[in-house]
Amino acid sequence: MNKILLIIKREFLTRVRKRSFLVVTLLIPVFFAGLLVIPILIATSGSEDKRIAVVDDSHLFLGRFPDSKGTYYKYLTNIKVDTFRYEQYGYSGLLYIPDLDIKRPSGITYYSSGQPGIGVESNITKHVNDIIEEKRLENAGIDREKLFAAKSDISIDFKSGADGKKGNSAVAYGVGYASGFIIYIILMFFGMAVMRGVMEEKVSRIAEVMISSVKPFQLMMGKIIGIAGVGLLQFLIWVVLILSLQLILPLFFSAETLHAATQGGGVMQSGGNAAAIDAIEKIRYVIGSVNWTLIISCFIFYFLGGYLFYSALFAAVGSLVNEDPTDAQSLTFPITLPIIIGLMIMISTVQNPDSQLAFWGSIIPFTSPMVMMARLPYGVPGTVPYWHLALSMVLLIVGFLGMTWMAGKIYRTGILMYGKKITWKEAIKWIGKKN
Amino acid sequence: MNLIEVKNLRKDYATHKAVDDISFVIPRGSIFGLLGPNGAGKTTLLRMITGIFYPDHGQILFNNKPFDPERDIQSIGYMPEERGLYKKMKVGEQTLYLAQLKGMREKEAKEKIKYWFDKLDINTWYNKKVEELSKGMQQKVQFISTIIHNPSLLILDEPFSGLDPINANLIKQEIFDLSKSGTTIIFSTHRMEQVEEICDRIILVNKGKKILDGEVKQIRHDFKQHLFRIGVGTMPNFAQMATWHFSIIKQEDHAYTVKLSEGSTTNDILMHFIKHDIPITYFQEILPSINEVFINKVQEMEQPLN
Repeated sequence: MNKILLIIKREFLTRVRKRSFLVVTLLIPVFFAGLLVIPILIATSGSEDKRIAVVDDSHLFLGRFPDSKGTYYKYLTNIKVDTFRYEQYGYSGLLYIPDLDIKRPSGITYYSSGQPGIGVESNITKHVNDIIEEKRLENAGIDREKLFAAKSDISIDFKSGADGKKGNSAVAYGVGYASGFIIYIILMFFGMAVMRGVMEEKVSRIAEVMISSVKPFQLMMGKIIGIAGVGLLQFLIWVVLILSLQLILPLFFSAETLHAATQGGGVMQSGGNAAAIDAIEKIRYVIGSVNWTLIISCFIFYFLGGYLFYSALFAAVGSLVNEDPTDAQSLTFPITLPIIIGLMIMISTVQNPDSQLAFWGSIIPFTSPMVMMARLPYGVPGTVPYWHLALSMVLLIVGFLGMTWMAGKIYRTGILMYGKKITWKEAIKWIGKKN
Repeated sequence: MNLIEVKNLRKDYATHKAVDDISFVIPRGSIFGLLGPNGAGKTTLLRMITGIFYPDHGQILFNNKPFDPERDIQSIGYMPEERGLYKKMKVGEQTLYLAQLKGMREKEAKEKIKYWFDKLDINTWYNKKVEELSKGMQQKVQFISTIIHNPSLLILDEPFSGLDPINANLIKQEIFDLSKSGTTIIFSTHRMEQVEEICDRIILVNKGKKILDGEVKQIRHDFKQHLFRIGVGTMPNFAQMATWHFSIIKQEDHAYTVKLSEGSTTNDILMHFIKHDIPITYFQEILPSINEVFINKVQEMEQPLN
């Protein structure tokens, strides 16, 4: 078997076989899913069976509250509100409506022992308002039907780009920010993994044994590619998990909730399971309005490109470190700095994807993996013309080849250099040196 | 037949010449000692022979062909002075990995591993992690990883450092066995007593330069100072020892160390004792140890005679 393949295999397997790999790979999506699902669960959790007593002294509301799933209204008469122990009769709350002046209604009160829940609160408020509104229309002699017919309810399609593809800037913002940030984490996380791997080889002195069998460049690339494989595998597992979550997600919520979420979203603006509806709707909207094929394939490209660009540098740093691990901190600084600058530009780019800063940030290979991912969801070729994308990709490939070549030069000298503290200034001199 | 011919090898570092115009040959099947104080350029020399460094100048012939790291690296086993193994890897996997990197097939490598693990009695360690082993045990694993692919050239840099006497002996025996089976061995050290015991030929380097090279026996012979030791049955009195054939260097209990004078022969010494009726129990030439040659030569270099 080819030597570099052997190295890749070892680097890949030793990491994948670790227990921590499984834990991290499975916990991260669970964490994100939790962020998404828990608010929905909390918002809908108020909907277990509730019986609400209604005492209506105004006689306007009798039978007007519609029962919905889990919420039932019971209209009581001849009850003294002050002394009625509604809990004893199995009610979770009591809604008291006094005799109302329809022009200036006041004094409507809901009594309950605990917090009534967002759903109940907003439901009651909405119905009370609807009924009063109806009564007022009636008093003013306005025909309901005519009023509704006159109401304007036009939704405007915000189209962007030459092909007029439907886009949504909030979604683009979210997707752009998330993918840019994930790239940032990948660069840092896997870059550091490469550096630690090289340091381990140097400190444990296996490096010299290894390079009496393989070329230093093979050793370095084997490590880089092996760790990239770990990252890709992780990414793949996540994609599969997310896709299966998409299938499982509806099982968590009743069909009704989903129905309400999609159909009744507009009507129940402040009401119902607002948070849940919001979240579910966002998910559906995001899925619908983004070119996922483009985003995912570009994400993989920029993930690999950015990783290859930086990991060679991290490997070079690892080769410079001696016994003292604190060396690593000062040596990594010049590498982490552009990554952090990239993150900054990315954050400004998601708000302003057409700016000069965004353009240059997405072209220069030091920052392009993060910044370009922030721009892409805004539309290709609308916000990002094809030539931007092509130029950025070509420069990233050229940049990664150049970086790897330079880092390889530093690495092959550094990996055998013991005892002496090495600075970047010295290391850069090695680039010009022949073997 | 030489396995290796090194011609005018030179390697400069930024601050100094690590290897300065060194030439030597290593006959096939010999045990070749590379000697020198710390910082003499031994490791740099070895790294050039193992293809880790390229020489700035000069040529290395391997098997009578210019050294091609890509190809010849497979026939070399190198155990650097700074030992190293992947600490978290299992012993067996690690040896297999290193063997495969030397171009062995998995099946063949596994058979060889079994053979060597049995031979050095470390079979029970196969599934242990390297970090669980003692330093001496790790040395054994390292040694096996170095020779597993049956190299025609074996380079050992201070192979006995860190080994207890029993294991050192075990490894020494393996080295002799490998040598007998035709493996050429380069043995780098600054421990001279081992050199005399093990090596056929040596090269002595200091400050990047070759001081001398040749067969161990020949070198000791070349540097002899005509010293002899005579054992006597009874100690003679002082007057009986007066002669111009030799001078007494050291008097011991029932023995003398004497230096033969120019123009005299060993028989003149013996005749002297016989004439005086002093019973001789033994007579022996004292050859300088490589250590003495080494120290002499190095000191000569430090303080050149004006």
